[in-house]
Amino acid sequence: MKAARFDYVRAVDAADAVRCLGAGGPQTKIIAGGQSLGPMLNLRLARPDKLVDIRRAADLAAVAATADAVVYGAGITHAAFEDRLVPDATPGWLAPIARGIAYRAVRNKGTIGGSVVHADPAADWPTVLLALGAEALTLGPAGPRAAPLADFLVGPFQVALAFDHLLTGLRLPKRGPHARWGYWKFCRKTGEFAKAAAAVLHDPDRGETRAVIGAVERTPILVPDAAELLADPRAAADIVARLAPERAPAAQRLHAEALERAARLALAPQEIAA
Amino acid sequence: MAEQDLKTTGGVGARVLRKEDDRLLRGRGQFVGDVRRADMLDVAFLRSPVAHGRIVAVGKPDHAADLVFTAADLAGVRPIRADSTLPGFRGSDQWPLATGKVRHVGEPIAACVAASRAEAEDLAEAVRLEIEELPAVVDMRRARDAAAPLIHEHWAENVFLESTAVGGEPLAPLKAAAAVSATLQVRTARQSMAPIEGRGTVAEWDERLGMLTFTTGQQMPHVMRSGLAGCLGLEEGQVRLISPDVGGGFGYKGILTQEDVTLGWLAMHLGRPVRWIEDRREQLTANANCREHHYDISGYASAEGDLLAIECAAIVDAGAYSAYPFSACLEGAQVGSILPGPYDFPGFKCDTFSACTNKPGILPYRGVARTGVCFALELTMDALARQIGMEPSQFRIRNLVRPEQMPFDNIVKKHFDSGDYPEAIRQAEAAIDLAGVRLRQARPEADGRRIGIGFAIYCEQAAHGTSVYSGWGIPFVPGFEQATARLTPDGGLEVRVGAHSHGQGMETSLAQVANEVLGVPVPKVRVIHGDTSMTPYSTGTWGSRCGVMVGGAVATACEALAERAVAIGAHLLQVPAEDAAVVDGCVRSGAASVSLADIAHAWYRRPQDLPGDVDPGGLEATQGYRMAPNDHGTFSYACHACVVAVDPGLGAVEILDYVIVEDGGTLLNPLIVDGQILGGLAQGVGTALYEEMRFDASGQPLASTLADYHLPGAAEVPDARIIHMMTPSPYSRFGQKGLGEGGAIAPPAAIANAVNDALHPLGVRITESPITPERVLDAIAAASSQTKEAAE
Repeated sequence: MKAARFDYVRAVDAADAVRCLGAGGPQTKIIAGGQSLGPMLNLRLARPDKLVDIRRAADLAAVAATADAVVYGAGITHAAFEDRLVPDATPGWLAPIARGIAYRAVRNKGTIGGSVVHADPAADWPTVLLALGAEALTLGPAGPRAAPLADFLVGPFQVALAFDHLLTGLRLPKRGPHARWGYWKFCRKTGEFAKAAAAVLHDPDRGETRAVIGAVERTPILVPDAAELLADPRAAADIVARLAPERAPAAQRLHAEALERAARLALAPQEIAA
Repeated sequence: MAEQDLKTTGGVGARVLRKEDDRLLRGRGQFVGDVRRADMLDVAFLRSPVAHGRIVAVGKPDHAADLVFTAADLAGVRPIRADSTLPGFRGSDQWPLATGKVRHVGEPIAACVAASRAEAEDLAEAVRLEIEELPAVVDMRRARDAAAPLIHEHWAENVFLESTAVGGEPLAPLKAAAAVSATLQVRTARQSMAPIEGRGTVAEWDERLGMLTFTTGQQMPHVMRSGLAGCLGLEEGQVRLISPDVGGGFGYKGILTQEDVTLGWLAMHLGRPVRWIEDRREQLTANANCREHHYDISGYASAEGDLLAIECAAIVDAGAYSAYPFSACLEGAQVGSILPGPYDFPGFKCDTFSACTNKPGILPYRGVARTGVCFALELTMDALARQIGMEPSQFRIRNLVRPEQMPFDNIVKKHFDSGDYPEAIRQAEAAIDLAGVRLRQARPEADGRRIGIGFAIYCEQAAHGTSVYSGWGIPFVPGFEQATARLTPDGGLEVRVGAHSHGQGMETSLAQVANEVLGVPVPKVRVIHGDTSMTPYSTGTWGSRCGVMVGGAVATACEALAERAVAIGAHLLQVPAEDAAVVDGCVRSGAASVSLADIAHAWYRRPQDLPGDVDPGGLEATQGYRMAPNDHGTFSYACHACVVAVDPGLGAVEILDYVIVEDGGTLLNPLIVDGQILGGLAQGVGTALYEEMRFDASGQPLASTLADYHLPGAAEVPDARIIHMMTPSPYSRFGQKGLGEGGAIAPPAAIANAVNDALHPLGVRITESPITPERVLDAIAAASSQTKEAAE
C-alpha cells in the first residue's frame, strides 16, 4: 500500500508547529519519528490532508531540569534515552526501558512524545510514564498547559489534545536514591509489542506508591491501591481480575505475572545502573 | 586448504563460498523491483472485501473508466485450471479477475492502472463495488455439512478430493492385540509464507518479436510460461519468462497467479510495460496461504514397544481454488502416503479429504504436507512411548526401518533408497545429551521453568520423477532434466539450466559439478538460469530436486561435452581419442596435454586445424538426466532433537539447545547444505511457535501486517548444531540426496514433543501449532481444572 496524497510542511519550532496546525485545520497532523504514522499512512489507516514535520524543531528536542523535575522535549528519540544522551530524572531507570522498545532502527527515529500521543496500549512509554507520575505539557493557541498523564491518556490511541494543540514535552518528577522501581513486560519475540506489561514505583521520599498494568488493549490501568501489591505481590492475580475482568483468562494470567514480577523487581535490592 | 583455494577450485563436496553472494551481499542483486522501463505503468488490484459473495456491480470511476479493468474487459482470457486426474477430483475455474462470485477475501476484482502505485490505489478506492455477501465456509471440519453453502455451485460438496491410503495387514486384529493406544486431535495453523521479497511482475509486449515478456520471480519459469500462454491464448513461443534474483521462493514463487495473467493482458492491451509489486498486506491476507491441517490420529503398540498400527482421518484446508500447477490436492493427496514416516510397522490406514473453504487457495510451502504429517505422527509416537513407559527416542529406534533392510519398500510402497535411520537418533541422543537432560529434569530449576527434551525424525522423498508424478495427472510431469554445457571461444564454460536458483546456491554448486567432470575452475563456470529464452525446458525448482536432478543433468551434459573435447583434443595431440581424457580442464594423453581453452580456440577460431569428419555438434551439448534404475527419488532424513525451557506462568517457550543429525547422502557443497538446513529450521521454528493466520467467523483474515503475523527473528532461531551422516543414494549421479526442504519439516514436532515432555507432569499435552503462550496457559489451566475435578 502507498499513502494517499497529502501536503507536507516542516515546522521550525513548537510555536510554528501550532500555527501550522491551526492554519491547516483538523485534518492536519504532526509527524515526528513516523514509526507508527508512517505505516498507518501507507496502509491508508491515517488520511491526513497535511503533515507538519517537527523533527527539525530544536526546542522540542531540548531537556530542562529543575530542582525536582526534568522536562523532556517530546521530540527526543528513544535512542537518546537508551544512549543516556539526556539526563535521567530517575536513578538510571530510563535507559533500560528505552533499550527494550522495538528495534534499534525504530528507536533511532521514534520519539517519546510520538509514543505518548499515539497512545498504543501496548507501547512502553505510556505505561512507564504513568507509573512515574509524568505530566503532559502541551502548547496551543492560548499558550502552554500541563496535565497529569492520567488525564491526557483518554483511551486506546486517544489523547486529550485538541487539533491545534501540540504535545511539547513530558515532565518527570525526580526520583531519589530511596525510590524503588520495577518494570516488566512480556513479548512473544524480541522487539514486538508487549502482550503484558506492568510498572511499579515506590518512592518513600515523596510518599508515592504507584502501579500500572499495561498492554491491556485500552489505556494502561493505574492500580488504585498499589500498597496492597507491594505488601504481597501475589495479590497481582486478584488485582488484575478486579481491574481487567474483560481480558481472556490466558491474558489475565499474563497480566498478573507481569504485575507480580514488576512488584518483585521493585521490592528487590536494586543496583543503580552505571 | 587455504580460503583462497576454496574460492577458486572445488568439485563435488568442496566447501566453496557461494559465487552469487558477491553481488547479493553487496546489495547488487537485481530483483523485479529494480526493473525500470520507460513509460511503465503501475497496477493496483481492487480486491474482495468479503470471503464469499456475489458481485452485483463494479462501477468504474467516471474520470478514469479507461484505466480500470474488470473480468468483462479481459476478452479471450481463460481461467487458471489446475486439475488432477486422480479419481473424484473436482476442479475450479480461477478467473484472473473475479467473475460472478468472489470466494475469498483478497480475490482480485479489478485492475487499476496509473503512473504510480499510489495513484493506482486511488483509482481502486474510487471503484464502486457492490457485493451481495454470502455465508462463508471457514472451518474445514464443517465444509461438508449439509448446511454449508456451496463455494463452487456446481459441485456436490465442498471437497476437492478424497483419498484413502491403506497398507499392510487388516487393522482390527492389530488394534485388538495392542497393549496401548493413543488418540490425538492434531491441528496445524494456516500460515502465510513470508519471503522477504513478495511477488512482483513486469510485463511488456514487444511488437517486433510478437512476444510478451514477463520479468517475475519464478521458481518454475518454463512451467509458468506454459500456463501463461494457455490462459492468454498465445503460442508458447510468444511468451518469455525472465526470473531475475529472487528474495525467497519456498513454493510461493512456483505458482501461476491471477495477477500475472492480468498483467500479461494489460501489457498487450495497453502496449506499455505494466508492473505490479505485491505489498505485505496482499501477501499475508490474499495470497501466500499454506499448511492448514487437521488430524484425528490413533497409534497402537505392544507393551514391548512395537508399533502395530496407525489409523488416521485427516483434513487439509485447501481454500477456494486449485492453484496451478500443483493443484489443490498436492498436500491432501500426499498426507496418507507420507504418514507412515520412516517406520516399519504392520498396519496402516489414512483417509484424507481436501476441503474447499472461503480462504485463499492453499499453496505449496517448503516441506509440503510433510511438516504437518511429521507433527501428527511424531506427537503420536511420543504419546505411545509415554504410555508404554519407554524413552521416546528408544521407542523410535525400535520401530524405524533398519539399515540392513535398505533399500526398503514401506507399507505404502515408498521405496527408501539408503540410510541408517536408527543411527541418526542415536547420534542425536548423544549430541543433545539425553542422559544429562534427564538428570537435570530431576531437580527443580532455580527460575521455576520446566525443562523438556523432544525428538522428531522424518524422511523426505525428493527429486521424485516421472513414475511418481504421472499418476497424479497435474499440469506437469517431470521427465528427463536437461542441461546445456558449452565452451565459449575463450575456453570459459557456460552451463544452462531451466530450473531456477533463488537461495539454493546453484550458481556455485552446479559449477562445482561441472568442475568435477571437466576440471574447469569454479569461477570460470557461468551458470545461466532464469530465462526461458536462454535455457532448456525444465519443470523447475521444487520438491528438493535440483541437487539431484539438475546436478545430474549438468554432469551428464558436461560428460557429453568432454567427449567432443576429447575428440578434438586428441586430434590436436595427434593421439587416438581412446588414449585421451579430460583431466583438470585439459585433454591429456600420457604426458601430452592441450587445454580446453586451446580446444575451444581451434573449434571456433581455427576450424582449418580440424579434420573434415569432426563432430559438427561442436563444443556444445544438451543432455537429459533421469535417476536410474528407478526414479522414485532419494530419501534424505534427519533427526531433530531439542531442549526447551517452558515458563508455566507465562506459557513462554525458550529453545535452549537444538541438534540436527542429517543424512543428505553425498553433499555437493556442505556450506550450502548447512545454509539450507538452517534456513528451513528458522521457518520450522516459525511454524512451531509463532506463525498463524487466523480468520474470524465470516472469513476475514485477522493479521494483515508483520506486527500481527509473527515471524521468528534472529533472536528466536536457535544456534543449531548440525551433524552430517553421508550415506550415498544408490540411484543419483554422485550419491547426493535432495534435502532443500527438510530443515522445515521436523522442528514443530521436535519442539512440541519437548514442550510436552516439560509439561506432562502437569497433565498437559499440546497438539496444536503454533505453541503460543495462550495455548500453553490454557492447556495448563484446563489440565489443572481436570485434576481438581478428578480429586472431587
